[in-house]
Amino acid sequence: MLSVSDIILYTLTFLSVYVQVFFLITFLENKKKIVVRKGSIELQKYPKVTIIVPSWNEEKTIYKTVHSLLNLNYPKDKVKIFLIDDGSTDRTWDAIKRFSKNPNVKIFHKENGGKYTALNLGLEHVETDFLGCLDADSVADPESLVRIMSYFEKDPKIMAVAPSIIAINSKNTIQHAQKVEYDMSIYIKKMFGFLGAIHVTPGPLTIFRKKVFDDLGPYRHAHNTEDLEIAYRMQKNFYKIEHCNDAYVYTNTPPTIVKLYKQRLRWIYGFINNTIDYRNIIFRKKYGNFSLFTVPSSIISAFAVSYLFGKTLYSLGGFLFSKFLQFKTVGFYMNSNIKSLDPFFINTQILFFISIFLFSLTILSVLLGRKMSEGKWRFSLSMIYYLFILSIISPFWFLKAIYNTLLSRKPSWR
Amino acid sequence: MKENTFDWKKYLIVFLFTVGLFLSASYVSNYFSDKKVNQLKSIQDKISIDILSSETQFSLLSELSCKNISDSVLSGELGELATKLEWGQQNLGATDTVSYLKKYYSLLEIKDYLLTRKISERCNTKSAFILYFYTTAANCTECEKQGMVLSSLREKYPKLRVYSFDYGIDLSAVKSMLQIYKIEDTKLPALVVDEDVLTGFQSIDGLESHVKQSFKLQEVKPIIKETTTKKAI
Repeated sequence: MLSVSDIILYTLTFLSVYVQVFFLITFLENKKKIVVRKGSIELQKYPKVTIIVPSWNEEKTIYKTVHSLLNLNYPKDKVKIFLIDDGSTDRTWDAIKRFSKNPNVKIFHKENGGKYTALNLGLEHVETDFLGCLDADSVADPESLVRIMSYFEKDPKIMAVAPSIIAINSKNTIQHAQKVEYDMSIYIKKMFGFLGAIHVTPGPLTIFRKKVFDDLGPYRHAHNTEDLEIAYRMQKNFYKIEHCNDAYVYTNTPPTIVKLYKQRLRWIYGFINNTIDYRNIIFRKKYGNFSLFTVPSSIISAFAVSYLFGKTLYSLGGFLFSKFLQFKTVGFYMNSNIKSLDPFFINTQILFFISIFLFSLTILSVLLGRKMSEGKWRFSLSMIYYLFILSIISPFWFLKAIYNTLLSRKPSWR
Repeated sequence: MKENTFDWKKYLIVFLFTVGLFLSASYVSNYFSDKKVNQLKSIQDKISIDILSSETQFSLLSELSCKNISDSVLSGELGELATKLEWGQQNLGATDTVSYLKKYYSLLEIKDYLLTRKISERCNTKSAFILYFYTTAANCTECEKQGMVLSSLREKYPKLRVYSFDYGIDLSAVKSMLQIYKIEDTKLPALVVDEDVLTGFQSIDGLESHVKQSFKLQEVKPIIKETTTKKAI
């Protein structure tokens, strides 16, 4: 007889496999459409684009961010840059002022009000048909903008294009682990793109048609995840979002586990609460794959991660209790058991094979993400190690975000 | 504006593929489970033959010197079988087959026990064995602890045999054993050491001195410990 715990485990595993297979089949259907362009490309027309750079205490990184925008391979007079200081308490404003003489740069200073208020200030002054945002901790690749704009040129229905975000300056284990995850996200985002079901238009250099904001209104607070909410709002209004896999934006990842925890807690909390806010568009056929696949699959992974973590902790607790009991009963005692040598004791349950399959697909996702961004296969053993680390630490923010939602506590930005 | 087309066929294909994957995994899992059950069966068959052979040897040589009778018929294999059966009960899907094998194992234990007693009587030697009754029905932490004590003692004294019996097993031979020693389910774990019935958890110190006194056993340090120490150096 299966216990309730087994039924939950099998159901979650089944759904997780379903999601991975769905991605794989989407990939196989569309693989010929995925191109990685090398070198510069030319557009028929170069529309004007405004890029808003909101910043809060980013004196160390903003210089590189703005320079990357000034060095974009795009006609200089067609790129307007808005630098907005959202009430920084460090010398960010001084750093911004250094660019004030550049004819393509406009600078703004305002009271601190959160990222969405800085973006909205920029939006009020935008006069171009296209606009985007670039977080002040990120750097745009010179070819990124022109490649993104080529998508708009190709299809007038496209309302927003998100780039591939690549983690840079990875120095420690936490950052290397995030890099692997970012690589995997490129693959997942591209698949969501093919399904017409992207659910987040990230801060680093997603470009929108201005019409999006004219029609749907400005950014909202949206539980500190305004980039997720705008994507939800666009999906609700049937606005097409694409992913440009060969437009690269390089971003710095949190270097410590505490900073990473805070960032992810904000993301997951934002995801859960925006999903609750937009619950009336889930499982509705008219909203397509976004409603029937993207959001449900993200909810499944949140549950699966949390449940597996709880189950693992429970087993670990049981194991430790048994060891404690053994120590208390017979003292320290090394059991010269045969378990370690005999293949009889290798687990051959269904879930063991399914887990191997799931894990292989996860590795394949990372490899495909790398292939889509770099144009080549790159396998490293460390991927396995980093994925293992991620699976250990990620349940913490999932569980905390669920806990906060239940208690309606809001996570801080930093 | 984009047009959302819902491709239900794709959702269905992915579903069927996933089901197929689970079925394949189930097939592979069953294949290995069957192999393991067969392995258990073959160990039991071997033990069965060994016991029969020992009984025959005993009958043949009863007139002769007791020196010729091998006294360690099962110790190793019976222990291995017990570990594998216990693991199998928790991890193999085929619970009916495993519980059948467990019954067979209990029977083999009883046969071995009887044979050992016969040899002891005939040759005037004293074999060191403990009968151990436990339960898996309720959450018996005391039984778990008792199991640890017995494993530890067996490591220390390889000549000591432990015959363990699940109180709840549906086997008349085991039920007879329970009647002989008047074992009640409320007093588990229960041990029989040199005809003394001990009920409730017995600590390692108490049990060790009892065993040493009854059977005059020599402590043997496990080889594995020495190897580990050497490696550590």
